[in-house]
Amino acid sequence: MHTTMQRILTRVQKPARYVGGEYNQIVKDRAAVDVRVAFCFPDTYEIGMSNLGMRILYGVMNAMPNVWCERVFAPWGDMEAEMRRAALPLWALESHDPVRDFDLIAFTVGYEMSYTNILNMLDLAGVPLRASERTGLHGLVFAGGVCCTCNPEPLADFVDFFSLGEGEESTVEVLELYARAKAAGWSKVQFLQEAAKLEGIYVPSLYDHAYGPDGRLASITPHPGAPARVTKRIVRDLDRAFYPVHDLVPSTEIVHDRTNVELFRGCIRGCRFCQAGFCYRPVRARSVDCLTETAEAALAAAGSHELTLSSLSTSDYRELPALTDRLLAYCDGRKINLSLPSLRADNFSRELMHKVQTVRKSGLTFAPEAGTQRLRDVINKNVTEAEILETCATAFAGGWSSVKLYFMLGLPTETDEDVLGIADLVYKILRTWRETATARKRGCHISVATAYFVPKPFTPFQWEAQIPPEEYTRRQRLLKEHMPSRSVDYKWHAPELSRLEAVLARGDRRLGPVLEWAVRHGARLDAWDEYFRHDVWMDAFRACGVDPDFYTGAIPEDAVLPWETVDVGIGRRFLLRERRLAYEGRTTPDCRQRCAGCGADGLNEGVACHA
Amino acid sequence: MRRIRFEKTGNAVWISHLDLMRTMQRAFRRAGLLLQHTQGYHPRAYVAMALPLPVGTASRCELMEFELAEGPADTAALPALLNPVLPAGIRCLEGYDGGEKLRELAYLRARVTLEYDRGVPDGAEAAISALLSGPALVVEKKSKAGPVEQDIRPMLREWTLTRPDGGTLALEAVVCAQNPSLNPDLLAAAVARHLPAMAPDFAATERLAFYNGSGAVFR
Repeated sequence: MHTTMQRILTRVQKPARYVGGEYNQIVKDRAAVDVRVAFCFPDTYEIGMSNLGMRILYGVMNAMPNVWCERVFAPWGDMEAEMRRAALPLWALESHDPVRDFDLIAFTVGYEMSYTNILNMLDLAGVPLRASERTGLHGLVFAGGVCCTCNPEPLADFVDFFSLGEGEESTVEVLELYARAKAAGWSKVQFLQEAAKLEGIYVPSLYDHAYGPDGRLASITPHPGAPARVTKRIVRDLDRAFYPVHDLVPSTEIVHDRTNVELFRGCIRGCRFCQAGFCYRPVRARSVDCLTETAEAALAAAGSHELTLSSLSTSDYRELPALTDRLLAYCDGRKINLSLPSLRADNFSRELMHKVQTVRKSGLTFAPEAGTQRLRDVINKNVTEAEILETCATAFAGGWSSVKLYFMLGLPTETDEDVLGIADLVYKILRTWRETATARKRGCHISVATAYFVPKPFTPFQWEAQIPPEEYTRRQRLLKEHMPSRSVDYKWHAPELSRLEAVLARGDRRLGPVLEWAVRHGARLDAWDEYFRHDVWMDAFRACGVDPDFYTGAIPEDAVLPWETVDVGIGRRFLLRERRLAYEGRTTPDCRQRCAGCGADGLNEGVACHA
Repeated sequence: MRRIRFEKTGNAVWISHLDLMRTMQRAFRRAGLLLQHTQGYHPRAYVAMALPLPVGTASRCELMEFELAEGPADTAALPALLNPVLPAGIRCLEGYDGGEKLRELAYLRARVTLEYDRGVPDGAEAAISALLSGPALVVEKKSKAGPVEQDIRPMLREWTLTRPDGGTLALEAVVCAQNPSLNPDLLAAAVARHLPAMAPDFAATERLAFYNGSGAVFR
């Protein structure tokens, strides 16, 4: 007889997402391990399996002989409906055991709009949503990832403890502590108090947040024994850090379906809107030897025919020419494609383009982010129009004919002139194509996308207001009117989702009830257009008496920030200085030209920043 | 061309046809075997499946055709190289060179399992046997122009009906595999349509063997 799960699988889209069994998945003997971790990604399989952090930590946890870590992903809507109808609780892919039977439930959170999926997955698992309702040591919920590192507070009601920064080492420490606690029969409180003593572990229930009469956060008070600030963890030597060489190979298509090697962490650029650019600092690179060995071993182990290099800015890897030479030497004869994402316009050399072309021609993508030099200086996006046009000319002459451009609307100090500057830049690229293109037959294709600026914690713009949605829409329409229609495909983000992202990104604990209300009334998979329910969210704010505009408005520089308990290594004074420079339209050179003194090198304890 | 017969069972039944092609291409690389690639601007590894398997259907008799650019001359040695690097549920059974032309593949032996959660209804075997022995068996079939009525009886060559346990009937049938073909799932659909009282709570299909026009196992 087929099980309920098997019967359901015949009726849902892409059932292979729900059963595990992929090559290189890790299966252990239930009876031989002390700690079982359900490692959840709060989005679908296709998104989660493309996440490098999850793959690394899956390997790190399973490298512990007494731990078995399994994967869990958010089901698509059709599957969720079937599961709820059949009262089938959420299961982990490797063992198919229910998530509620695991010792620990972990989440990696990279996007604010996946918060509802966390709650919905706990609900599907039959686990109480609120940390206060889970009283035992069994079934503790912990979370990490960039969102939790930069502002864990909106999730504070639901998560027992957060792992801040890079988890390669702290996850092992916390699982070892848990194994001891389980063996010794500790209470949950006892465990959390001990966990809070580990570097990088933040236990929100050990901090009281008090609000003033003006509605702003007035104070954060740690309980006795809890550290006043929790510093994020970093891996000091990436060459010696765990890398998932024997990686899971999905049996169904995922978003990034290729072998991946990570060049470096951190970024030397300092774009003032970019959270990743600051919170992953300091810069730490892998060596060419390590990367080449890792890439060859990982390609052979996975059998993939595509290799990609991952980092925040590929061109900023110092030894990129030497690395690409060695990788291409391996890939060419084996019919393996090498793709180089995140190249910058300023040093995208003809040589590099030519080299990549020997295997396969990938698209050309730029993120100028703003349409005028003035605004690019404000945001410290140190790329000039001349550089963009020169790079395009080189690319068009080399046979490329399509370009993707990413911009933001609503950046601090933006005027209509800056908005129209985007259309102007697009015209100039079209003209460059006419002057330089060698492959003219199929014409020139330019895709332009504009996002709605979201101010994020731990950036120099963390105090900025997000422009109102009506104003964003006005600017977006203005741009649309002036955008050349031929050859250009212009897409823009809908304002509602980015508005909500801004609320959650800089939110505080008072958003907990809003999240719970929204999930109870059908919010989930918010990042997917077909599921995003703006009306449910607005009802949730009303029902909980929370004004979303409070969170998108400007924050006074002297205000207590909800995320102040976290130390990502970037100093407040540095952020304020950068904010002033932004308003003066003055740029800060990249870290390689001159150290800007952000403070992240202080996290390294004697190891220099590799910028 | 070289050919491998493989099975796809267990959780691997949920892997779609396109995903299976990709999975196989990667397994060859993991085994250190480079497939021959198509010529042209975007070279692709060449792998073909005899008859694409629907998602959810298990099989003991899948056939995959391919050619190697690099690798051992002996195709019979390939299953031993591929099996350790395949996902759970996919297992190569034999490898050989050449083989009959795919258009000679004529019949499929399949087992359709009819599951009854409250036990097999009284008289089900007799009623189903009578239904399948009748002159015509009309089912509704999806087509591009919408649902159409189709008589599938001419495509049903032979069948046996057994009761492996109190809740299950096993219908083993030989049906036309090409020009025209009969999806064995339609046999369960026919039972549900014509004998509503005998409609199974769940039905699953497993492919067992392919035959050529003269009834010999297709190789």
